[in-house]
Amino acid sequence: MSAVIVNQVSKVFNVDKPNHVDALAEIELVIEPGEFVSLIGPSGCGKSTLLRLIANLIEPTVGNVLVNGKPAAQARLDQDYGMAFQQAGLFDWRSVEKNIELPLELKGWDKARRRARAQEMLELVKLPEFARHMPWQLSGGMQQRVAIARALAAHPPLLLMDEPFGALDEMTREHMQAELLQICAATGTTVVFVTHSIPEAAYLSDRVVVMSPRPGRITEIIDVDLGAKRNEDTREADVFYDSITSIREALRGIEHAAVRGGVDDR
Amino acid sequence: MLFCIALFLVACAWELYKVVGPDDGGSVFGITMIPKASNRAMPHTWDMVQRLGQPENRGGDDPIWVTVAGYSWYTFRLALVGLVLGVAVGVGLAVLMARFRFAERGLLPWIIMSQTVPLIALAPQVVSWSGRIDIFGWEWPRWASVCVLAAFLAFFPVAVGTLRGLKSAPAASLELMDSYAASWNRTLFKLRFPAAVPHIVPALKLAATLSVVGVVVAEISTGIRGGIGRAVLSYQQASTGDPTKVYAAVLGAAALGLMLFGLVVLIDVLLMRNRPQENAA
Repeated sequence: MSAVIVNQVSKVFNVDKPNHVDALAEIELVIEPGEFVSLIGPSGCGKSTLLRLIANLIEPTVGNVLVNGKPAAQARLDQDYGMAFQQAGLFDWRSVEKNIELPLELKGWDKARRRARAQEMLELVKLPEFARHMPWQLSGGMQQRVAIARALAAHPPLLLMDEPFGALDEMTREHMQAELLQICAATGTTVVFVTHSIPEAAYLSDRVVVMSPRPGRITEIIDVDLGAKRNEDTREADVFYDSITSIREALRGIEHAAVRGGVDDR
Repeated sequence: MLFCIALFLVACAWELYKVVGPDDGGSVFGITMIPKASNRAMPHTWDMVQRLGQPENRGGDDPIWVTVAGYSWYTFRLALVGLVLGVAVGVGLAVLMARFRFAERGLLPWIIMSQTVPLIALAPQVVSWSGRIDIFGWEWPRWASVCVLAAFLAFFPVAVGTLRGLKSAPAASLELMDSYAASWNRTLFKLRFPAAVPHIVPALKLAATLSVVGVVVAEISTGIRGGIGRAVLSYQQASTGDPTKVYAAVLGAAALGLMLFGLVVLIDVLLMRNRPQENAA
């Protein structure tokens, strides 16, 4: 059973109104369990929209989305996925552990079970001693790690991430990328990852989905084969640079003007 | 500490004016604008303090500050009931408006308009409820009318502040709750209310002072006995012979306002103790 099936999906915002926007057209995408798939493209290519369709935060205009073999709406009700955004979005008034417990509270878990799982998640993101801290006492990178712990707290098989490291500095960013890969390897989680950084997509992904704007389409899907064990040396390996080159060339194929505005070469 | 210094400075300014100002006032372009500085119009501050120790009326037992404290306590309780009532109504309206767009569009203009109605115009109407309304055998007392009038002033900042607060929850956090398939009610209690607290607290401070104003004005305009409003009125009438008396009541009103405000500050500290401090990174 595939983790995600996006079946002939189109999305139009403001249907039948003067300001209507063709956000996505005829998207066809299948993601297998355990895969790490990045969505990359210039701004306005609908990569975040596609992520929100998979999350069932918005409904497709045409076509359907299956998550874990069930309709996306049902998957959302069952909390089959966890989500992380560019801003960590932790609740100021809750301690770190209480933030991680939020999805479990909504699932109706009892307190002891929640506490135990929150501690387990904090070990996973290497912040075990920060359970009682308040989010604003943590650095940006640490907050983002708590957000990932929260997204994974209910052990969902699927993790949806929308530029989660976009607001972090370069050093923290590379560090977080390595940790995310370790966490996914340890838990076997499938990841759909929206980014506009080419090296980030190359380093993290098994497959990179390159998208073009107006309306958003998939122009190419690039396989990245950096081997199962990526580490800091991978960033200097030839095969890493080859992947970056092929992603960049795929993006260059897309309308020139849009590329200059929306994609950076970090 | 700063408060005491400020109080002292105000007293100094008062006494300074008494030295400088003309005793029987003055007029600018034929309009009387400069207040009289005579001992009858502006008694010395030390006379006011001294008056606190003397009985309300000649031959009385307790010093006037005890009597005034009793009036203040009565008014404090009415103001507290008015505040609680106002907060309940304000929060209720805010939730309703946050939940339904049409409720916001329908109600908000009325809520704003309600504050343009002068309280003294409304007071006799509301007071006339007593004896006419009978809720399951509980006859509407006059003090309840005073509370309603206080609540009428107090609910406004709470309704507006809470509505703003409920809407202040970040879009990403709302999306997060959506991704958990959380119902509107659960989002209200887990996200919207906690996010609204920094907006609700200042609204509560406004509401606390307004409910005191509301009770005092309602007491004066309805002539209800037992509270500080009535005391201000009757002491004022005695001011020709006993000019310092009314200031005892004014001090009492100020003290009760501070008490209610202090109560809200306490709530503030309790609610905000784990929030980010402004100087924190």
